[in-house]
Amino acid sequence: MSALKLKKGATSHSAYNLRPTFSDVIERHTLAVLVENEPGVLARVIGLFSGRGYNIDSLTVAEVDHTGHLSRITIVTSGKPQIIEQIKAQLGRIVSVQDVHDLTVEGPSVERELAIFKVIGKGDQRVEALRLADIFRANVVDSTLESFVFEITGAPEKVDAFADLMRPLGLADVARTGVAALSRGA
Amino acid sequence: MIVQALIDQGVDTVFGYPGGAVLPIYDEVFQQNSIKHILVRHEQGAVHAAEGYARSTGKPGVVLVTSGPGATNAVTGLTDALLDSIPIVVLTGQVPTFMIGSDAFQEADTVGITRPCTKHNWLVKETDKLAGVLHEAFHVATSGRPGPVLVDIPKDVQFATGTYVPKTPSASRYQPQVKGDLEEITELVALMENAKRPLFYTGGGVINSGPGASQLLRELVEATGFPITSTLMGLGAYPASGDKWLGMLGMHGLYEANMAMHDCDLMINIGARFDDRITGTIPEFSPKSKKAHIDIDPSSINKVIRIDVPIVGDVGHVLEDLLKIWKSRGRKTNSAAVENWWTKIKEWRAIDCLKAEQKGKVIRPQYALQRLEALSKDHDRYITTEVGQHQMWAAQYLGFEEPNRWMTSGGLGTMGYGFPASIGVQMAHPESLVINVAGEASWLMNMQEMGTAVQYNLPVKQFILNNERLGMVRQWQELLHGERYSQSWSEALPDFVKLAEAFGAKGILCDDPAKLDDCIQEMLDHDGPVIFDCLVEKHENCFPMIPSGKAHNEMLLGEAETQGVIDAKGSVMV
Repeated sequence: MSALKLKKGATSHSAYNLRPTFSDVIERHTLAVLVENEPGVLARVIGLFSGRGYNIDSLTVAEVDHTGHLSRITIVTSGKPQIIEQIKAQLGRIVSVQDVHDLTVEGPSVERELAIFKVIGKGDQRVEALRLADIFRANVVDSTLESFVFEITGAPEKVDAFADLMRPLGLADVARTGVAALSRGA
Repeated sequence: MIVQALIDQGVDTVFGYPGGAVLPIYDEVFQQNSIKHILVRHEQGAVHAAEGYARSTGKPGVVLVTSGPGATNAVTGLTDALLDSIPIVVLTGQVPTFMIGSDAFQEADTVGITRPCTKHNWLVKETDKLAGVLHEAFHVATSGRPGPVLVDIPKDVQFATGTYVPKTPSASRYQPQVKGDLEEITELVALMENAKRPLFYTGGGVINSGPGASQLLRELVEATGFPITSTLMGLGAYPASGDKWLGMLGMHGLYEANMAMHDCDLMINIGARFDDRITGTIPEFSPKSKKAHIDIDPSSINKVIRIDVPIVGDVGHVLEDLLKIWKSRGRKTNSAAVENWWTKIKEWRAIDCLKAEQKGKVIRPQYALQRLEALSKDHDRYITTEVGQHQMWAAQYLGFEEPNRWMTSGGLGTMGYGFPASIGVQMAHPESLVINVAGEASWLMNMQEMGTAVQYNLPVKQFILNNERLGMVRQWQELLHGERYSQSWSEALPDFVKLAEAFGAKGILCDDPAKLDDCIQEMLDHDGPVIFDCLVEKHENCFPMIPSGKAHNEMLLGEAETQGVIDAKGSVMV
């Protein structure tokens, strides 16, 4: 892991900011939570959010270090700054949580999401869908005479924009993975 | 292997109840003499007894129960221990691994059910991992902010033989921060040097940090001359007889303590968590003060109240550094201003908010506790309580000179806590006087533990303030619900003296203020468990009181002030 740039009031344990601003503006934060990959660990994290009434906008989880038994959970959440800090602190309390990173405040990061769209249509609509997919660098992964399945990867905003364009062209089904994110740089 | 792990962890007492899925462990318990097993009468009682044991010794309490109903009955105790940060290790039996998920007899998803009410829990499916998990369980329960943990052990894992791993101190990845940030501590010292109206606000964290932390706190308070108040959970960290002591604060706290909280200019929170019983309405909470907060759990800081100086660390370690830095900078305080602050506090004190004279022929509960205090305070005494009015009166009228002498259910407010807790305390301190101050309604919730008290000849004194009412519920109905006393009195109470005798214990009934002292003395002199049925005034209310939705300086001091004080906004709060 990269060294944390700890702010005044933060602790060495994690990325807590113990002097948050108490504003009422709702912020969207992407958190990377490294957890020991043991049974029930995802339930602990999700149970924390539901039990304390926090929001989950998106959540992804997979093992990232097989020998170290570590999984990475990427959570996109929203709330007032004080609540965001509380979420991070509460996550840090979970015994199986190794580390909590707030990618939104710890410097630039990349966020990517994979989505699969099924678009059903004929004639011009079909041609237009294919043309837009090309502009968005979406791949065709399945095709029939009446449908396409597109695969698109990008920031959530890009996936949203693609979905908006496909809707009038016969968008029938969507599957999204949720956000995976990493900090930029070494 | 399990018993060996417990012995290596220094366990001398286990509270439990056997059942099908823990029989192999009970068989091991049978074949050894190092650990004493206390057979309770209900699994909830086992956990509360373990809490009493833990709170009065500083060591983790250990519970052994079976699968299914054994585990679900332990849930209330686990939640209680979680909210009050009490270290408890609960071992539960589970159906064998090959039957998990089949809705087997007495199967429950124990780790699933207890996940939100433990600090951490484990299901051990491999015998070779069992010893390591047990050691880790004790480490997690007692490190950082203490709390309850649970280890669920399937029956086939209990029967199998595996490799025992001895206890190794540094094996765990879980290592919470105990030392506070010196820069932050120095910032607090600078504030202390200049504060005009400083106040220490201490909590259960001081008790959990160990007797050393209480010693350091006493040294700090005496050296600075600052006033000190405490939450319900922190009573005893600073002696009630100390002249800097303002008494407990909060919803039923003392007038001088709450007024000082409201008017102070520097609040130093040491191991407390700004519980809603303490703060009253948040926007009007101590509006003029800078606030420092020392807590081992970062999530407590800024959770409800905005903090100016946050210090993450163990109270004992932080107080040591704080004293060192304050002394090295010349032991400065703004003594002239603090002198004026004390003058103000003494004016509030003069109101004498706990004044309660005994008049008439019915015993007032406050008087009963004043007499209990007078007659028992010179004993080597431990107090537990149930939950309700009697609990608040006990906190107000009994004095605690040492930490670990006061066991009460603060965060969860569990009726039925006090009696089993008193059994756990008595087990840990067989020669001491252990009194459970109770209400009759709370006490009945775990009255089956009389069997435990009698079986082990534990001389616990059950001091029941009997008003034939759910007193606190009745008080709220009077203040908030137009005196409509919905379901808040018992129309069929047992004869407590006969009840005691039925269990083979002693019962004492007292309904006359003139005979109260003699009756209390009789209770104290009896070598064995006693149920003391003290018939008290039925409509007494607990004051002072900060009504819901009000601020610290809007306290009610007595009956005359109660009309229409709680508005619609306040009445939705609990």
